[in-house]
Amino acid sequence: MRSIIYVLTALAVFGLALWAYQENYKTQQVLKDTQRLQREIGDAQVRLSVLRAEWAYLNRPDRLRELADLNFDRLGLLPLRPDQFGRVDEVAYPPAPLPPITNAVDVSTLNGEQFP
Amino acid sequence: MSRIPLRPLARILDARSRGENPDAIERENIRQRHEEMQDRSRARAEGRLLVLGVFFLCAFSVVGVRMGLLATSEAQEPLASVKGATIATQRADIVDREGRILATNFETHSLYAQPPLMVDPIAAAEGLAQVFPDLDKERLIKDFTGKRKFIWIKKRISPEQKQAVHDIGDPGLLFGPREMRLYPNGQLAAHVLGGAGFGKEGVNAAEVIGVAGVERQFDGYLRDPANGAKPLQLSLDLTVQAAAERVLLGGMKIMNAKGASSVLMDVHTGEVISVASLPAFDPNDRPRPPTSGLDPSDSPLFNRAVQGVYELGSVFKIFAAAQAVDLGLVNSETIIDTAGPMRVGGFTIGEFRNKNYGKISVADIIVNSSNRGTGRLAMQIGPERQQAFLNSLGMFDPTPFEIVEAKGGQPLLPKNWGDLSTVTISYGHGLSTSPMHLAAGYAAIANGGHYVSPTILRQKGPQYGPRVMSPTAARQARKMLRKVVTSGTASFGEVPGYAVGGKTGTADKPKPTGGYYEDTVIATFATLFPAHDPKYVLIVTLDEPSIMAYGEKRRTAGWTAVPVAAEMIGRVAPLLGLRPQVEPGETAGITLTSN
Repeated sequence: MRSIIYVLTALAVFGLALWAYQENYKTQQVLKDTQRLQREIGDAQVRLSVLRAEWAYLNRPDRLRELADLNFDRLGLLPLRPDQFGRVDEVAYPPAPLPPITNAVDVSTLNGEQFP
Repeated sequence: MSRIPLRPLARILDARSRGENPDAIERENIRQRHEEMQDRSRARAEGRLLVLGVFFLCAFSVVGVRMGLLATSEAQEPLASVKGATIATQRADIVDREGRILATNFETHSLYAQPPLMVDPIAAAEGLAQVFPDLDKERLIKDFTGKRKFIWIKKRISPEQKQAVHDIGDPGLLFGPREMRLYPNGQLAAHVLGGAGFGKEGVNAAEVIGVAGVERQFDGYLRDPANGAKPLQLSLDLTVQAAAERVLLGGMKIMNAKGASSVLMDVHTGEVISVASLPAFDPNDRPRPPTSGLDPSDSPLFNRAVQGVYELGSVFKIFAAAQAVDLGLVNSETIIDTAGPMRVGGFTIGEFRNKNYGKISVADIIVNSSNRGTGRLAMQIGPERQQAFLNSLGMFDPTPFEIVEAKGGQPLLPKNWGDLSTVTISYGHGLSTSPMHLAAGYAAIANGGHYVSPTILRQKGPQYGPRVMSPTAARQARKMLRKVVTSGTASFGEVPGYAVGGKTGTADKPKPTGGYYEDTVIATFATLFPAHDPKYVLIVTLDEPSIMAYGEKRRTAGWTAVPVAAEMIGRVAPLLGLRPQVEPGETAGITLTSN
């Protein structure tokens, strides 16, 4: 009886040691992954800040004004003036949708050719 | 273990036969047995002590070895700690009230050389001189072939330049990462942003520190990593600022002024929506401060809106009128005799072009900008009450505007504030303030009598300070200001739909040697709009304007600053979301005659 307990205890110790060993390696792998991900996040943040800076640079008022001047023929953009404000009642209602076609008249001659 | 009997029969019988005491044998045996027991327990105790000793030795060696390892190894961040999420290593961005970027960071590289590592110093120097035309080839050759071990070549280089240097291919030319402050909008709001430079420099990193403007004022906040890259939000509006600077630049050129400034301020929150000072500079490449003893206002770094302390002239008259109404001395219809001559403290107080307005109402004093009229109001108020009132409007201290330059805008007060000063200050001479001070003063009239301190930070809701005048006084003052535009000196200031009210001011510039110039002026137009329910205060100041109109050289604000301000309101008000309104008219003068 006693020897069985000894054997079982020894097996349990082996088992636990194996489990701890595996957990240790898994933990290290997770830590490595985390580090890699954090590096990627850092890189992405740097890229994002560069893109944001570029966006702000491309949208700077001087450039937009020059582009509006260059493309005046096509766009006709002018600075906003007080007389450009409208009222809601000046906006036309959208045109009423057309009623559905119920008595369709076939104007093509295709059917006539098929069935003479 | 064989156990020895205590009374062995053979020895007992033997002892008895010899007549000895057999108990002695028993005692001897007991003694021997006890000795054996003692030996055994001692051995066991010693064994235990040994085990314990070994255990402690092991434990302490582990602790010692670990301590030694920790002491000798490089410090390392714990792997599992979350970084990057809340702690930002970069300087925080600066954004406008809508979140558009005004200042951000950009990664560039610095270039340095280590001549001992160089393969061909002469070729490297020649290559560098080709990439960077501003470098001196002879100097580089001297440096590279001399005894120096480390040389900074460029603090910031672009990616193209970096590639070009890479192509030279010398191992002695090295790059260090550099974080650079970028102002994507160029000259826009340059005086507010200020600029940034490098502080302590190393090969791998350099400290970016604010040099001027908000960058310097909020340097601690911007550099604090604990803020987690939360941007600093200013009250400026990028589009409004761009439009205001554009109009101001055009106006400055048309009016042949050498400088100009404008302040647009929300009268309820104190938020400065736009503040411009021309000429401006590019904060990406901030010029060096002037070293020679020239007038500091000639430098583009000079912020006229907060540092330019001048006698602003007649724009101050409304304060005298508002205070006189507030104290109950007069109302806007009270008739004041403005006829000359008027002598105060041995000086004659005259009018513009020696006009004489005669007996006119307080409102007409403001409309016609009568010096003697406001002087008489000021004499009724008295120096003490005038000082207390102007002090409550913040005219005695630098503005609390949050850029470092604002501390330089200390108003110049008369040393001896007597009757003469009271009269001259009532029409804006003898007290020098910045346009920002004036904006805060007009904001108090516009918002119904509360002081608001101008701020560059985004605010939530109205930020009323202490009450400085009654709502009635503020309302009457606003009516007078509106009348100045409809029928007074600022008739060019009318913008249909925005009911502009304002006061012009034309002040002779003081000579550095004392006295005043004959033909150089500071023209100011201080406005609030819409006059019946003011939302914004706009101050436009032109430095030394002059324009030919109707065959005459005009310098007064009515001809110079007012049209610029009107154009600016026409451009800026729609951007602020103000739609043109029909001004509520006077209630019809119907009197109840009978029931």
